Amino acid sequence: MAERWENVGLTAEEYDRIITILGREPNDLELGLYGLMWSEHCSYKHSKIHLALFPSAGEAVLQGPGENAGVLDIGNGLGLAFRLESHNHPSAIEPYQGAATGIGGIVRDIFTMGARPIALLDSLRFGTLDEPRNRYLCSGVVSGISGYGNCLGLPTVGGEVYFDSCYRGNPLVNVLCLGLVPKDRIVRGQATGVGNPVFIVGARTGRDGIHGASLLASREFDESAEEMRPAVQVGDPFMEKLLIEACLELFETDFVVGMNDLGAAGLTSACSETAGRAGSGMELDVALVPRREEGMNPYEVMLSESQERMLVIVRQGCEDQVRQIFEKWGLEAAQIGRVTDDGLLRVRENGRLVAEVPAASLSDQAPVYDRPRRRPDYLDETSAFDIDQIPVPEEYESWLQRLLQSPNLASKEWIFGQFDYMVRTNTIVYPGGDAAVLRIKGSERGVAVSTDGNARYCYLDPHLGGAIAVAEAARNVVCTGARPAGITNCLNFGSPERPDVLWQFRQVIEGMSEACRALGTPVTGGNVSFYNETSGQAIHPTPVVGMVGLLDDISKRCTAGFKGAGDVVVLLGSNRPELGGSEYLVQRTGQVTGRPPRLDLDLERAVQETCLAGISAGLIRSAHDCAEGGLAVALAECCFLSSTDDLAPPQLPGRTPAVGVQVSLRSEMRPDALLFGESQSRILVTVKEEDVPQLEEIARSNGAPCTVLGMTGGERLMITGGPAGQQLIDLLVTELWQSWQSALEKLLGE
Amino acid sequence: MRAAVIVLPGSNCDVDAYHVLREVVGLETDYVWHQEGDLSRYDLLVIPGGFSYGDYLRAGAIAKFSPAIQEAARAAAQGRLVLGICNGFQVLLETGLLPGAMRSNESMLFRCRFVHLRVENTDIPFTHEYKTGAVLRIPVAHGEGNYYADAETLQELQEHGQVVFRYVDETGAPTAAANPNGSLANIAGICNREGNVLGMMPHPERCAETILGSQDGRRVFTSALAWWRNKGVIGRG
Repeated sequence: MAERWENVGLTAEEYDRIITILGREPNDLELGLYGLMWSEHCSYKHSKIHLALFPSAGEAVLQGPGENAGVLDIGNGLGLAFRLESHNHPSAIEPYQGAATGIGGIVRDIFTMGARPIALLDSLRFGTLDEPRNRYLCSGVVSGISGYGNCLGLPTVGGEVYFDSCYRGNPLVNVLCLGLVPKDRIVRGQATGVGNPVFIVGARTGRDGIHGASLLASREFDESAEEMRPAVQVGDPFMEKLLIEACLELFETDFVVGMNDLGAAGLTSACSETAGRAGSGMELDVALVPRREEGMNPYEVMLSESQERMLVIVRQGCEDQVRQIFEKWGLEAAQIGRVTDDGLLRVRENGRLVAEVPAASLSDQAPVYDRPRRRPDYLDETSAFDIDQIPVPEEYESWLQRLLQSPNLASKEWIFGQFDYMVRTNTIVYPGGDAAVLRIKGSERGVAVSTDGNARYCYLDPHLGGAIAVAEAARNVVCTGARPAGITNCLNFGSPERPDVLWQFRQVIEGMSEACRALGTPVTGGNVSFYNETSGQAIHPTPVVGMVGLLDDISKRCTAGFKGAGDVVVLLGSNRPELGGSEYLVQRTGQVTGRPPRLDLDLERAVQETCLAGISAGLIRSAHDCAEGGLAVALAECCFLSSTDDLAPPQLPGRTPAVGVQVSLRSEMRPDALLFGESQSRILVTVKEEDVPQLEEIARSNGAPCTVLGMTGGERLMITGGPAGQQLIDLLVTELWQSWQSALEKLLGE
Repeated sequence: MRAAVIVLPGSNCDVDAYHVLREVVGLETDYVWHQEGDLSRYDLLVIPGGFSYGDYLRAGAIAKFSPAIQEAARAAAQGRLVLGICNGFQVLLETGLLPGAMRSNESMLFRCRFVHLRVENTDIPFTHEYKTGAVLRIPVAHGEGNYYADAETLQELQEHGQVVFRYVDETGAPTAAANPNGSLANIAGICNREGNVLGMMPHPERCAETILGSQDGRRVFTSALAWWRNKGVIGRG
């Protein structure tokens, strides 16, 4: 027979720790509360000591890690609240509801801070699309995001999608939400003021999602995963929309003391965290919690993860006004308890005491582990890979065509076109480019935002891969003319109980931290998702970086597409013979191998500063990050997104590209590395011919390499280069564009 | 002229309509909660896009019981202006202020993108500032915009110039490829016989400023204002 602690996923040592805290054995309910709050998902017990490495301080940081979301000062008296969170395991079992409730949860985290949610981004990873199950998961997740996000009236303005066999059976669904809050009205998740009433508002509590955090998110997957479908919550976006509006209306008053959403671990987490943060206590009666079904016991009420619920602590004496606001929106608001000052979370059922434990012991005193870490053996093999084993291909055009049609590089419009990316009329750079830009109405300012994370690089060199994730996200934001301001992140890994996974985890964090320090972007918060494994096989280490940047003058915003013919194409940064971990190498060999491209953070900064200065001086007319697929793919994308009208949205359906390009790449390196290598710190920009000297001067003063490659014009993509200066690519842009544009729809659209 | 943006539970383009009316066009504009039963002080009522009542049952079906929507019917009968955009159009169909019904997009997918529209009728308060046959670039964002009406209704609509906007390609041709949702006869927007009630699936409020990539939708609002200033006479010139 299993021991008591095993039933709730704890160890014998953890059980002893509970006895020490309580001075007695916990009853079943109390043990259940600890099991939940001390699960990896809620306590971060395996990751805490590593996450402490992140640089989280910065002048603009109004709220760092530890609250429901981080907040950055963006001027004009406004704070930008943002956070990224995973909903991987629920989406693996029930993709529509898993993704939908992922959005619901992150949106609640944002408005909990008193912020009006303004946009969403999604970072998605799936297995390869040749398998029907992966196509089902991808379509289901996209529908779930569409169904929930669109109904909320929140634009989904960006993100990324990658396909790799390592995500087979374990897709990743990471959602980022941004919100705006007046700086002096940030709400915190704190239960202060003895006697203040505690309300639960929104949806009723049911048996759905019980054990979501402890079972689904805190263990790896096996064949029995399908049976956990009942542990996935079900979302109601209409209810969430009402909840947002009612809570924001409540924030207009001065009734609110603190607020917390009911996410993972439901009431248990919200009550213990708000009391724990404030150093107060809380008393509640589960019989007062409105139910959606009869006969629920205290354990079920405390653990339920029913969606669209909030815990609100208000000033004593305002109860009736608070109820009226929720009534207007057709929502229930029930007082379930009050704030105390004895540090205890006291749970009653019809007055009878059923649990009594120190609140902070649940939220803050879980054990912290520094478990063994070990460099995985496979790295010896992958880092020894020598590109010279792979012959140079006979020609390059078919490889470019193949890359542009690969799901990782093809147009994602089939996906983002299912999301309303315009509602609220703030989106001024649409999805499909490097980063989205949102205007801040009533000012000249804007916010740029991007998510990024190349897991193949992290698999091949986690330290370097972590640093590249930050550098590239920053580069994306810079391409719009915005200065990077801060990051949030979601770290998706296998089981932390495996030394090789934990080694990767630590390395990624060290690499990310190094890049954050070099680029001046503090980490304002984040989320960890462990146990992303299927039948013992871990995913590639996948950190996702959510980067925000600020534009002082949105009229100077820049986009990726060429702006008509006759502009000079300039490369900021330099090409190196680097094919390790590239999409091209995967396509050629079927393997993720080699060493990822190097990253020189001084060079990265120089390139970014040059680009920012060139955009701000009004010289740079288009800017595009050179990323997966290399220079040839980046040039093709600049053509695909081209227009003669600076303001035209880049993805007008049926709209053919406006212009081609002719470039010459003088280099001694093998042509496939030149065309498809993924060297870092490169940005492709265009300027008018007469402005070239001025851009060169800016680059020189920043110490960034700056090379004229050619000129826009014509209808063809023409690239000459290599040691002999031969013709490498000469293709009609519209033909390339058609296959790039329709590739995903062919695979997913039935 | 005083405008009201009706806020239903689940409306989400209310802020966008309000922004255009107030900040871009410069009208006195109020948000009006759907429970309000007297809207007689408003000359223009806008039923905005969104997912009123979560689109549960059918898009727009529950909203028709709201007092403010019943007020819109009264305003329409009195010759005041009523504009339904996207979900607002669906509400107008459900209330019977406009004929026909909406089905799911042919693709069965929600689609958000820019399309082209041709202005078919420039003799109504909402469109008289456009040139007849003008081709507009304007966004759609919906999952249920596939307009349907029976043959008799369609014929009536066409005979009375009630088809106000059609989906077309860049050159102005109403092709199947230019139709984003499978709508009958490429219909994107219709009006009542009198022309004071307009329903349209595309979002004019999303393209009324150059920074958003197009300001082709702006004249829907400025036309209404000019019509009102001209005391209900369609002005030319």
